Amino acid sequence: MMGMPITIEIIDVSVTEAIFDTVFDYFEYIDEKFSTYKATSEISRINRHELTWEDSSEDMQTIFALAEQTRQVTNGYFDIQRNDIYDPSGVVKGWAIFNAAEILRQHGFENYYVDAGGDIQMAGCNSAHEPWRVGIRNPFNTSEIVKVLSLTDHGVATSGTYERGQHIYNPVDGNQLITDILSLTVIGPDIYEADRFATAAFAMGTTGIQFIECLDGFEGYMINKNKQATFTTGFEKWVLHA
Amino acid sequence: MSKNQSQSSNLGQIVKKFFLSSFVVFTFIAYVVHQRFTNPDSALNPTATPSSIVALQGDSSAGAISSPTAQQPSDTPASTIPPAPAQQPKARIQSSGASNQGVYKDGTYTGPQVDAYYGIVEVQVNIQQGKIANVQFLQYPQDRRTSARINSVAVPYLQQEAVQAQSANVNIISGATLTSEGFIMSLDAALKSAKN
Repeated sequence: MMGMPITIEIIDVSVTEAIFDTVFDYFEYIDEKFSTYKATSEISRINRHELTWEDSSEDMQTIFALAEQTRQVTNGYFDIQRNDIYDPSGVVKGWAIFNAAEILRQHGFENYYVDAGGDIQMAGCNSAHEPWRVGIRNPFNTSEIVKVLSLTDHGVATSGTYERGQHIYNPVDGNQLITDILSLTVIGPDIYEADRFATAAFAMGTTGIQFIECLDGFEGYMINKNKQATFTTGFEKWVLHA
Repeated sequence: MSKNQSQSSNLGQIVKKFFLSSFVVFTFIAYVVHQRFTNPDSALNPTATPSSIVALQGDSSAGAISSPTAQQPSDTPASTIPPAPAQQPKARIQSSGASNQGVYKDGTYTGPQVDAYYGIVEVQVNIQQGKIANVQFLQYPQDRRTSARINSVAVPYLQQEAVQAQSANVNIISGATLTSEGFIMSLDAALKSAKN
């Protein structure tokens, strides 16, 4: 989806090859509809004014409604519109991962994760019958991790400038690129919630971690350009200590 | 709340200071009057005046000065001129007179800077002829709004740590994708070739 690697792991013994196909087909469908890199996608047609969003598909209208709701709760820091072009990938990604995990749950699976480009929805246990172990990648050395989390039935999303170049703008303050912080990881009740707030809080710059601190049920870990990490007061409870 | 408390304590110091000064002045007048009544000739004899002052110092140091001493904070010269306990900062002696009469040596003494929670307090005491001649506040908290402002902002204090690599025994990794590494490497290569 949108040029990102997708990994699905299912631990349950009832797993079949078919369920993987079902979930990957769903991501394929999302990509065809929402990718701004594809000229044939529905979002590209909207951006070319060939289609109004009122006449668009139900999923597209859902995404626009979710994006608008997110824009309001983040004081404008989440905005899919930039220079008259809509790019809803900031809300589509988390929403699609959430829906993919829902497909697994509805098929009766209990122990799995869905990872799309480093944003993760997890459920149940890993193969060692423990909570899932999630590493936070080191933005200064992408072959390293700087934190190990132990958790399940949550979403973990990381927003960062090191992923596919600098791609998050501050929409409130003159479309400035965010350069002070390199990475912001958010743990939320599900991946849709974690992803949209990670994106919005990252756009707030160094104050983004304070925004996460004030959100009930969310924790965050921010890494700045000086290799200093700032984390929310409840973050430690998810950290696995060796 | 802290604002009211600190202001009343400043006021208390000023009242105490005023009381102390009046007490010294009153004692002096009372003594002179007493001397005149008990020894009427001394006033008429110019040479008697210095001796009467010496006597005044000797007497008053036992009575008049000792009671204000009890009211003074712990940083009075009486406790700091002899070697003070190790944990107590020593008073600085700025100047010292020759007179050795009375409880105190003449001079100007600066007390330690004391953290009074709402700010630093520093007191300077001037001793003349063995008595407290003046007490000055070199430092005292003036900007009460500073602490009030710090409290009112109420930004949650968040912990920080240096980023450190961990052992990589994990199931999943949140963060960058390989795409970014490619981007960085290509950018790096582009910049290098741009140099040549």
